[in-house]
Amino acid sequence: MSKIDKLIEVKDLRVSVEDTEILKGINLNIGEGEVHAIMGPNGSGKSTLANVIAGRPGYTVTGGDIVYKGESLLEVDPEIRARAGIFLAFQYPVELPGVRTWQFLKSAIDAVRKENGKDELSVREFDQLLEEKRKLVEMDPDLVKRSVNEGFSGGEKKRNEILQLALLDPSLALLDETDSGLDIDALRIVSHGVNIFKGPEKSVLIVTHYQRILDYITPDYVHVLVDGRIVRSGDSKLALELEEKGYEWVRGSIGEEVNS
Amino acid sequence: MADQKVISRQTGVEDSQYKWGFEFDIESDVAPKGLSEDIVRFISAKKKEPEWLLEWRLKAFQHWTNQGDEAAPKWAQVKFEEIDFQDIIYYAAPKSSDDAPKSLDEVDPELLEAFDKLGIPLEEQKKLSGVAVDAVLDSVSVATTYQDMLEKAGVIFCPISEAVQKYPELVQKYLGSVVPYSDNFYATLNSAVFSDGSFCYVPPGVRCPIELMTYFRINEADSGQFERTLIVADEGSYVSYLEGCTAPMRKSHQLHAAVVELVALKDAEIKYSTLQNWYPGDKNGEGGVFNFVTKRGAARGENSKISWTQVETGSAITWKYPSVILQGDNSVGEFYSVALVNNYQQADTGTKMIHVGKNTKSTIIAKGISAGKAENTYRGQVSILPGADNARNFTQCDSLLIGDECGAHTVPYIEVRNPTAQMGHEATTSKVNDDQLFYLQQRGIDLEESNYMIINGFCRGIFKELPFEFAMEASQLLRVSLEGTVG
Repeated sequence: MSKIDKLIEVKDLRVSVEDTEILKGINLNIGEGEVHAIMGPNGSGKSTLANVIAGRPGYTVTGGDIVYKGESLLEVDPEIRARAGIFLAFQYPVELPGVRTWQFLKSAIDAVRKENGKDELSVREFDQLLEEKRKLVEMDPDLVKRSVNEGFSGGEKKRNEILQLALLDPSLALLDETDSGLDIDALRIVSHGVNIFKGPEKSVLIVTHYQRILDYITPDYVHVLVDGRIVRSGDSKLALELEEKGYEWVRGSIGEEVNS
Repeated sequence: MADQKVISRQTGVEDSQYKWGFEFDIESDVAPKGLSEDIVRFISAKKKEPEWLLEWRLKAFQHWTNQGDEAAPKWAQVKFEEIDFQDIIYYAAPKSSDDAPKSLDEVDPELLEAFDKLGIPLEEQKKLSGVAVDAVLDSVSVATTYQDMLEKAGVIFCPISEAVQKYPELVQKYLGSVVPYSDNFYATLNSAVFSDGSFCYVPPGVRCPIELMTYFRINEADSGQFERTLIVADEGSYVSYLEGCTAPMRKSHQLHAAVVELVALKDAEIKYSTLQNWYPGDKNGEGGVFNFVTKRGAARGENSKISWTQVETGSAITWKYPSVILQGDNSVGEFYSVALVNNYQQADTGTKMIHVGKNTKSTIIAKGISAGKAENTYRGQVSILPGADNARNFTQCDSLLIGDECGAHTVPYIEVRNPTAQMGHEATTSKVNDDQLFYLQQRGIDLEESNYMIINGFCRGIFKELPFEFAMEASQLLRVSLEGTVG
């Protein structure tokens, strides 16, 4: 099978929240097997981009399109996008009191399997798969018996996200500031999970403020988002340069572009 | 944990049909509408009751007549048109076996669909639908097996009308001892005209070997349902009793005014679980059952314990406060409740914990869910009487709102007359959170299922108090009741 150049195409995407324009014409193509990083200062719109791709309510697309596997996503419900292989690792995973993690994970995996014409997993099959993936993210086995994310530490919540990534095995993983608030050990474990996931048919979009996670997961492309626009794209060296010179440097470069 | 096996018995028309269907002239068995002394005498005569029970019914009737309709409680936060008590049939004849459905094909398909949704197995469906001979015979033989087991243990479990004949001393001793006939408007009415119900007696030191269960069903369109249940756990005994309720869909309102009395003697424990799924009325609030029920337990002996668990999803109006009188020293009372209202349903439900003995302890955990245009009120009373040294109560009331046209209300009454009491009260109100829904949807779970999962999670603390099979059924009931509340 030949590599798909454009797993997802973001075309001149404009997004508003309550009359405030957050994304002001984003163009981005992610091909199969590619790892892209979106970097930018706080409030630049980088999390918005990840959430809009996943179909989070509350955002209004005012222009442009998002095309995934050749079809527009704009009218597609979030659960359908998820079953089609779009996965969002949340910046702030929510707590679900009384919903057992085990049950939640099984419901999710069965929903995705059902969409793809597969049978639900038996309890035994699921338990085996869960055990395998749990070890990958070094998650405490007791946590899957508890309510989803309830009383989990910040690191445990993020590991739970990566556990879900590993279980659901999507085509496109959107990591929304997965590195924020992680200590170095958790960052290593989370990155390891993502690196195992990576492959010729898997694509990753890493949304991050800091270069740090990119030491562990090497991106093929780095894009810098400032004030709702991608102001610069490059390879992984761009991230290092950004780390060194700070966002003021790219802000400055916008000025240059405008002035020129 | 109690044994998971369940013994089922149903009451209402089908049951009386099986017991007595061929003894009477069918035609003369329908009482005319309305309530009078003659009707009370008629019911008592039909049941061949002893004189003392007729006397008791008549006293109740006299009391009910003297106080008049104005005595109907008005304080609950529910609205409905006044009930015309003369427009109700107080004694409906059992259907003749010729009229009863011969097979499931003849049963109201809506009813079967409801059973399917509830996951009630086919055999159970047959029993519930009153399906003719073989199914009934089937259930009888099943019941007989368990009856042997119960008899060996010395446990009595039968219709209360049968108990009146076979164990009159026990019934006379305890009937009305927790809920006297003069207790409240609807309990008084029940005392005068109660049709049937279950009776259970567990002798000293016996742990009832299986869960006891009764399914109630309202039958005739214009008839009221007035069942009466009495459970007595003698010293050092234990019983777990389950009660399930379903009703066919009717355009008109139906009155259900039951009384349940529990008596736990020294060191005894009663666990009483209810799944209430009476017909709630349609989307526009048309029809549905008025569920005006008095349930009370007396934790009469030292170290006795009474635990109520209820999952209330049905009825147009629910007015119900399963209570415990903690008379014995060190006695324990518990109330775990999920009340869900949707469309135009109204629920005013809660509990009363009356601490009389020393070192008594009560726990109240009530979860209310409101959707559509429904109104849900938790009303609870905790009283610590002067002699109740070192009494403790913990109350937690959580309300969950779905949409913005429904209501949730919490009305606690706390009366402390002993300074050594320790009281705790927590209350929360929340909405199903969009972030939670999106999180589940982002994992491929559709909106309706996501909503169900969140609400099921909200109820989990209550469901885990139910026997396993019942907990599954409760979850299913919740799912059915939540259909169409999102999206």
